[in-house]
Amino acid sequence: MNNLNLKQAKEALKNKKISSYELTKLCLETIEKTDKKLNAFVTVTNELALKSAKNADNSIKNGVELPLLGIPIAIKDNFSAKNVRTTASSKVLDDYISPFDSTVVKKLKDAGAVILGKTNMDAWAHGSSTETSDYGPTRNPWNTNYLPGGSSGGSAASVAANQCIAAIGSETAGSIRQPASWCGVVGLKPTYGRVSRYGVVAMGSSLDSPGPITKTVEDSAQILNVLAGVDEMDATTSPLPVRNYTHELNKSIQGLKIGISDEYFIKGIDKEVEEKVKQAIKKLELLGAKIEKIKLFDPKYAIDVYTIIQRSEVSSNLARYDGIRFGNDRSSFAEEAKRRIMFGTYALSSGYYDQYYNKAQQVRTLIIEDFNKAFKKVDVIIAPTSPSLALPVGATKGESMFGELADVLVEPSSIAGLAGINIPVGFAKNDLPVGMQIIGPQFSESLVLNVANQYEINTQDEKWRNLTPSL
Amino acid sequence: MEEFNTKLMKYSPVIGLEVHVELKTNSKMFCSCSADYFGQKPNTHTCPVCLGLPGALPFPNKKAIEWCIMIGMSLNCEIPLFSKFDRKNYFYPDLSKGYQISQYDKPFCINGHITLSSGKKIGVTRVHMEEDTGKLIHENINGKGVSLIDFNRSGVPLVEIVTEPDFETAEDVKEYLQKLQQIVRYLQVSNADMEKGNMRLEPNISLKKPGEKGLPKYKVEVKNINSFSFVGKAIEFELKRQAEILDKGKLPVQETRGFVEKSSSTVSQRVKEEASDYRYFPEPDIPPIRWTKEKINELKKQIPELPNEKAKRLSEEFKIRLTDAIIATDDISLANSFEETLKLGQKHNLDSQKLANFIINRKINLLEELPAKIVENFIKANVNTDLSDNELNKIIEQVIKDNTKAVEDYKKGKETVIMFLVGQVMRQFKQKIDANKVKASLLAKLK
Amino acid sequence: MKINVPHVAKLANLTLSDQELKKFESQLQETVDYVEELNEVDTKGVESTSQVTGLENVLREDIAKPSLSQEEALSNAKDTYNGFFKVDAILEDE
Repeated sequence: MNNLNLKQAKEALKNKKISSYELTKLCLETIEKTDKKLNAFVTVTNELALKSAKNADNSIKNGVELPLLGIPIAIKDNFSAKNVRTTASSKVLDDYISPFDSTVVKKLKDAGAVILGKTNMDAWAHGSSTETSDYGPTRNPWNTNYLPGGSSGGSAASVAANQCIAAIGSETAGSIRQPASWCGVVGLKPTYGRVSRYGVVAMGSSLDSPGPITKTVEDSAQILNVLAGVDEMDATTSPLPVRNYTHELNKSIQGLKIGISDEYFIKGIDKEVEEKVKQAIKKLELLGAKIEKIKLFDPKYAIDVYTIIQRSEVSSNLARYDGIRFGNDRSSFAEEAKRRIMFGTYALSSGYYDQYYNKAQQVRTLIIEDFNKAFKKVDVIIAPTSPSLALPVGATKGESMFGELADVLVEPSSIAGLAGINIPVGFAKNDLPVGMQIIGPQFSESLVLNVANQYEINTQDEKWRNLTPSL
Repeated sequence: MEEFNTKLMKYSPVIGLEVHVELKTNSKMFCSCSADYFGQKPNTHTCPVCLGLPGALPFPNKKAIEWCIMIGMSLNCEIPLFSKFDRKNYFYPDLSKGYQISQYDKPFCINGHITLSSGKKIGVTRVHMEEDTGKLIHENINGKGVSLIDFNRSGVPLVEIVTEPDFETAEDVKEYLQKLQQIVRYLQVSNADMEKGNMRLEPNISLKKPGEKGLPKYKVEVKNINSFSFVGKAIEFELKRQAEILDKGKLPVQETRGFVEKSSSTVSQRVKEEASDYRYFPEPDIPPIRWTKEKINELKKQIPELPNEKAKRLSEEFKIRLTDAIIATDDISLANSFEETLKLGQKHNLDSQKLANFIINRKINLLEELPAKIVENFIKANVNTDLSDNELNKIIEQVIKDNTKAVEDYKKGKETVIMFLVGQVMRQFKQKIDANKVKASLLAKLK
Repeated sequence: MKINVPHVAKLANLTLSDQELKKFESQLQETVDYVEELNEVDTKGVESTSQVTGLENVLREDIAKPSLSQEEALSNAKDTYNGFFKVDAILEDE
C-alpha cells in the first residue's frame, strides 16, 4: 500500500481501506527495511509520525477534511521542524533541535500531513549528488551503486523507493529537478517567491525555492496547493493569488507552443538522454503542441553566474554558524562548504565585487531578458533536466565544481526565478531513469503542471511505467 | 594649557561624527520581538530571526523606516526615491547572523545639515537604517575570564547619522549633539539617552597642518564615549596628543581609540591584524524600497514643529525674549505645556514675559503642574514676582537707617525685634508681599 | 594574480590546515579561472539584478509579538550562564 501515490492514498484513507496509522507504519517499516541500503533519511521521527497518524485517524473519523490529512510525507533536512533535529546534513548542526517550524512544515502540519522524518541531502544543499552529506551518500534506488543526484537526493530516493507517499525538497538551481530526474520521479521547482523560504536553512537566498517531489504530476499540484502563498515571515514571497493548481491539469495542449533550444542539447550530453527527451517532445507534438526552435542564451554562462552568486550568498549565509547559540563551531564544516565559503568570500572582498558579484548580477539580467524574449514566442521551454544519467557513487571525488557543472541545464531558469518541473520520460538501457524538464515563465505553475500532466497521462500505458526499484 | 593652545594654533582640527540613535519602536527592526529590552532579563526578547537561527528571515519594520526618513528630513536631508538594504559581513560574538543588515550605497537620506547657533553649518553626509547587535558583558567566573551575551538588543532599530568632517571645536561637537538629541526627542522617535545607550557617538578626529590642502592623511576614531561631557574631554585629549606627534614631525597612526573615563584620555584599541573588509552586497531577503513624492510629502507633514522654529514662533507670538523661548523649548513636552500655560495666561490678560519668567525662574515642573494651576499660582504670587531684589534691598536699607534703635537691640541679641523690622519693610509696600522673603533679606543685611 | 588564501580564510572566519590552504589555493584559482568566461559577455550599461521578484516596499507594521522563552532561546547552546550565552573572554581592547 505504500506504493500508493498521494491521490490513491487519499482515496484509500477516505474509503477506510487503510488507516493513516497503518499507512504510516508501512512507510516506517519500508524505511527500516530499505534505508540501510539507501541512506535516504538523516532522522526518522517514528514516534512523532505514529502519534500524528493516530490524531489524523481521529480527525478522519470525525469527518475533518484536510488536503493532506493522514498522508505520510518526508521532509528534506534543511526544513526546520519544531522540536525535531534539523541538520541540513552537516555535522555543524549535528545536535541542533529547531525551536520553530519552517512555514512549509507548518503548512504541511496544518494540512494534516504526517511527517516521517528528515531526508538526507548534500550538506547545506551544496551539491548535485547527495554525496557531500556528512551522514554519507544516499544511494539511487534503481541501482544502489549510483548516486540519486542532489541536493534533495534523500527526498527523491525516498519517493522512488516508496518509503513515503510524497516528499519535500528545495532547489537553489537543480536541487529538486535533477535528483527527481536521476531517481525517476516528479520534482516541481516553483517560481522563486511562490513558496516561503522561512525556516529553510538558507543557501543562495535569491534563488532558494522549496517544492514537492512526488510520484505523479497531480500529486505535485496537490502539494503546491498547500505550500504556495504569501508569508508574513518571508518578505520575498509573492502576494499574487494562489491558483488551484489541479484545475488546469487536464486542459488540452492543442496549439501550445513549445520552445526547443539547441543550446540545451549541449556537447557531451548522454545520447540516451537526448533520444528519450526528443521522443517525449514528439509525444507532446502528437498531442497537438507546436514545436518551435528558439535560440537561448548559452547555458554555460549560467554556470559562472550561478557559481558566483550562490557562493557569495553562501559565504554570508553560513556566517551565523559560530557554535555559540546552537550547533558546533566552524571547524565542523566539511570541505565542500569551506570551499564555497572561501570562493564567495573572495568574490565579495574589497576590489573584486565588480569583477565577480556585480558582473554576475548583470549577466543575470541578460539571462532574464533572454527568457522574457523567448516567452513572447513560446509558452513553455522543454529540455533535458540533466545532461547525464545518474552517475556512480564516488563521481564527485576531486571535482571542485561538480554541483555547478552537473546543473548546467537547470541553472538558467533558476537564476531567472522561473517555474520548472522534471518528469520521468523513460529508462536508459542500464535501467536508470531519464528526466525531462518543462520550464515556464514566473508564476506559470498551472501551465507547467498541465503540460507535464498531459505527457504523464498519455504515456500511462508505456511499459516502463510499470517498473519499480527492487530493493 | 597655554602651551597646548599655542601648539594647537598651528594646526586646524578636522572632526567628523558618527552618531547611532536607537529608535523606540514597539518591535525590533526585522522581527516582531519587543524592542523594549532595557533592564529585561537576558535573552527573553529573542526569536529565530534576531537570534540568527538557521532559516530565519528578516521582515522590515515600516515605522522604523518612516522614522529614519523623518530624522533625515529634520536634518534637511534629501530623500532619494530608491533605497535598499545591504549586508555588512563581519564576525563578532554579539552579531548573531555573522552580518549586520545595514545600508551601503543607497541610504534613506543624504546631503543634510544642522546649523549651529554661530551660524556655522555642519554637513550631514547620510542618515541610514540598520540593526543593533546583542550586548556583551565581560566577567570573571571562577577565576576565568568569560564573555556573556544577551541578544535582547539584537535587531533593535538603529539610525546612523554621519556628518562631514566639518567640526573644528569640541564645543561645536557638543552643540551639534545637543541639537540632534533635541530633534530626535521632538520627533519622539528615540529617548536618545546616552547613559542607556540609546544614543552613541564616535567622533573621528585629525589635525590639519598649516597650508595642508584637502583632508589629513589619517584619522582617529574614538569609541566608548557615553556622555556629552566626555565628548569634549576625548576630543581635547586627542587634539593635544596628535599635535604632539605632529610636532615631532611624525604622523599619528590611523586607528580606533577608546575613551577612558577615569583618566579622561584615549587609548589605542588593538590594531587588528587585517584591515576590515565588510563585503557589502544587496540584502537578498528584503525587497528594495521605492518612495513616491506623495509618500515623502505625507511623511514630511508628520514632522512636528522642531525646537528652532518653535522657539522663534513662541518668541514672536507671545512677545517673550528669544533666549527664554529657547530655554522653554529645550524639551518637547515641557515646551508644549509652556505654550499652553502662556496661552491661558493671555486669556487672563497676563504679561507673557512675566509669566515666562515666573515659570523659568521658579523652575516650575511643567510636567507635573497643570497650566491652570501654574497660572493661578502666578496670579497669587504675582506681586511677589514683581518685587525685584533691588527694590526690596533699597527699602530694607532705608528701614535699617530709620530704625537704628531696633537694629542695635537686635544686634545685642533681642531677636524678636526682627519681626518689627519686617513689619516696617512691609508697610512700605502697597500690596501684600512674602514676609519670609523679607525676613531672609533682612537677616542677610544685618549679618 | 595569486589569491591570498590565508587572508580570505581570516575574513571567512575559517581555520584551515596547511594542507587545506594548499588545496583551496589551487581550487580557488581553478574556479576563478573558470568563471573568467563571463568576460566574454558584454554587460556595458546593463543593470544588475539582485532579486527576481520585482517586489518593492514589503514592510511590516510595528506590532510586537511574543518572543521565545529564555529556556527556548538557550536550549541549543553549548555553554550558558545565568540566562546568558557564554563564550571564552573576548580579547578586550586595552
